[in-house]
Amino acid sequence: MGYTLNFAAVWRNFDFLLSGLALSLGLAVISILIGAAIGLVTAFALTAKNRFASAPARIYVTVIRNLPILVLVLFAYFALPQMGFRIGKIQSFVAVLSIYSGAYLAEVFRAGLLSIPRGLTEAGLAIGLTPMQIRGSIIAPLMFRNVLPSLSSTVISLFKDTSLAAAIAVPELTFAARKINVESFRVIETWMVTSALYVVTCFLIAAIMRFVERRLALPR
Amino acid sequence: MAPSFLEQLWIARYVILSGLGMSMSISALAIIAGSVVGVFVGLALVYGGGVLRFLVRAYTDIIRGTPVLVLVLASYYVSAAVGLDLGPFSAGVLALAIFCSSHVGEIVRGALQAIPRGQTEAAKAIGLTFNQTFTSVLWPQAMRQCLPAWVNTAAEMVKASTLLSVIGVAELLLRTQEIISRNFMSLQFYFLAGALYFIVNFGIERFGKYVERKTVLPT
Repeated sequence: MGYTLNFAAVWRNFDFLLSGLALSLGLAVISILIGAAIGLVTAFALTAKNRFASAPARIYVTVIRNLPILVLVLFAYFALPQMGFRIGKIQSFVAVLSIYSGAYLAEVFRAGLLSIPRGLTEAGLAIGLTPMQIRGSIIAPLMFRNVLPSLSSTVISLFKDTSLAAAIAVPELTFAARKINVESFRVIETWMVTSALYVVTCFLIAAIMRFVERRLALPR
Repeated sequence: MAPSFLEQLWIARYVILSGLGMSMSISALAIIAGSVVGVFVGLALVYGGGVLRFLVRAYTDIIRGTPVLVLVLASYYVSAAVGLDLGPFSAGVLALAIFCSSHVGEIVRGALQAIPRGQTEAAKAIGLTFNQTFTSVLWPQAMRQCLPAWVNTAAEMVKASTLLSVIGVAELLLRTQEIISRNFMSLQFYFLAGALYFIVNFGIERFGKYVERKTVLPT
């Protein structure tokens, strides 16, 4: 197979790839932040003794975690407008990825909540804090520190899921790569560079998460 | 009057079933091939020498750092560019199997490394060879450890099989899109596809929980 690698076409379009990567990161950051808020509320609901709080949360997490995200993305973009929700493709993708990451982060946070000793809640009650204050200023910050190691892999996999926005023509990294691939026919080069960009970004995310983890580690 | 949803469903019944069958065979093939390769990946990560371990580590890290959709597209376009005429089905299954192999490899590695070192030393002390130690001490315990995670990977594969619709494999999601383009009932048929995927994955998840209960080591 006399195939000579020629990256010229890819470098010519490198700006396009980079702006795609920036959009991927933007989508991931916004969705994960919204998802973290959803996940936190859901995790408190999951661990609540009240069945009216835990049952809907359990259903939400089970349903979302067992659905392929591509089905959710297509459903939100193509089927919801039929019901009268008309939003742009970026908004619709962010909404889907937020709801999707909410379910995954809820499970991560739930495990963290279970590892917090009950004594802390009782101590909070004893000094006269309301249950909401205890959750907000004692339990949530401690839980967040505890779950940082397992948060890393979830965040990376959610970042990778932004590639599905290509299916509804959001011009993120995968979409840009596909376009360059089709226009230049430098197939191998395009996918090598794209994959490398994703891998490097994932490594960077992992490194940042490890850094935050070390900085926030509880003193032992 | 336009046909109702149930009438449309009846018209499309074979198409939906064949799509579901296609999704299941894609997932099954990817899981089988990926698990076979994945076991060797895991073994290489634990017992491989310097160069082999480095290469396999690079393989798993690159695969795990790349989105599955990129793997699917790359496998489809690259295989055609280098003159392998794979077609969308084989290219897609290949991508999923590669993805699966790196996940199974990590699961096997984790399971083998979770076994306390003392057991290998004890086996050595009673005069077992490495092969004997591996087949009758380490492997049975590692299998127990990795079964629940492996079942979860199977559910991941079913979800990832939807990505093959992007390269034109007629699995459940692409079939659904075809049906919708004919009758414009996007809400109903996406819902149906979602329900089918949910049933399959929920079943796998329940099975995983069952396996977890059965394989937990008695304490």
